[in-house]
Amino acid sequence: MNLDFSWMAWTWPTAAFFSVIALLLLGMGVWEYASPGGNPRIGVLRFETTRGDRLFVSLLGSAFIHLAWLGLVGPSLWWALALSVVYAIGVFRYV
Amino acid sequence: MEKTWNNKAWFLVLPVLVLVAFTAVIPLMTVVNYSVQDTFGNNVFTWAGTEWFEDLLSSSRFWEAMVRNLIFSFIILAIEVPLGIFIALNMPKKGWGVPVCLVLMSLPLLIPWNVVGTIWQVFGRSDIGLMGYYLNAIGIDYNYVQDPFDAWVTIIIMDVWHWTSLVVLLCYAGLVSIPDAFYQAAKIDGASRWAVFRYIQLPKMQRVLLIAVLLRFMDSFMIYTEPFVVTGGGPGNSTTFLSIDLVKTALGQFDLGPAAAMSLVYFLIILLLSWVFYTVMTNYDAER
Repeated sequence: MNLDFSWMAWTWPTAAFFSVIALLLLGMGVWEYASPGGNPRIGVLRFETTRGDRLFVSLLGSAFIHLAWLGLVGPSLWWALALSVVYAIGVFRYV
Repeated sequence: MEKTWNNKAWFLVLPVLVLVAFTAVIPLMTVVNYSVQDTFGNNVFTWAGTEWFEDLLSSSRFWEAMVRNLIFSFIILAIEVPLGIFIALNMPKKGWGVPVCLVLMSLPLLIPWNVVGTIWQVFGRSDIGLMGYYLNAIGIDYNYVQDPFDAWVTIIIMDVWHWTSLVVLLCYAGLVSIPDAFYQAAKIDGASRWAVFRYIQLPKMQRVLLIAVLLRFMDSFMIYTEPFVVTGGGPGNSTTFLSIDLVKTALGQFDLGPAAAMSLVYFLIILLLSWVFYTVMTNYDAER
């Protein structure tokens, strides 16, 4: 059987993007295996979050940071990426 | 401490994971791939980078559709949730009236969306429609084909007619689960009707209300079929919601790249708002 996935129109940048997401999920799985329970805590948002919640907030926020950068600043997204990393560190540290 | 869970259970959910992968993850990956490319069909793609996202974010057409969608969702939530609670509170809890009310409430939910649109399209016509004809006959100038306000009123009434039943059924399920002992205790304490609602019925309905608000928000934010059938997005663009705009771009113009970029932004907004709704309501529930 010859499966043709050309309709999915893969590119190297999008493949790299999904690989990073997959690695993050894998990393979270390993982290959970090493330290079960999700490390629930109450941070600056004043409600309980687990590691999974913090990753979700980080990824969703990063998506909006990139969109805001595109809309307000310009097409070069390296600074938006750097800002997203700082934001994600902040989320994991304080949320 | 002894482990109280068994990881073999993951094999039982594997079929669902595979199904989700085929119906959600793979299409989503494809949309991401399309959003950074341009195509003229025949599986030939050229790299466009972030061009479609830039065009979209600077497009007044997109932002206007977004504002229309948010206003629409806000209005229908503000009507359907209180109305659904009111009807559920007044539905019989015992006797023959229960199945009759439940069947009547379920009927609008059983009608396909395009049929609902067609019903209201005919119902609202000023020449032959029951509602449109008689509104004009009593002196109200009503014409949803030409007047944006009338078009909005028609779509909102249609959505309320179609979907309030869902809120009613969910609230009713919450209400019938309240044991009689709660009402007896309230009666002994001399609680007013409002106090019974505020301190017994509303807290017991909170979980189902959360589901109702989430479902109605997501559905109304993604609404397509009914307004498309009734107004086609008009008059002008007055009822062109995000999904109608998206379909015009993707299928009408076959601009798959811009349509994919619009889909992703649309998806992210729904994800964010649903997360905010869910978090606020579940944490309010936890605090109580």
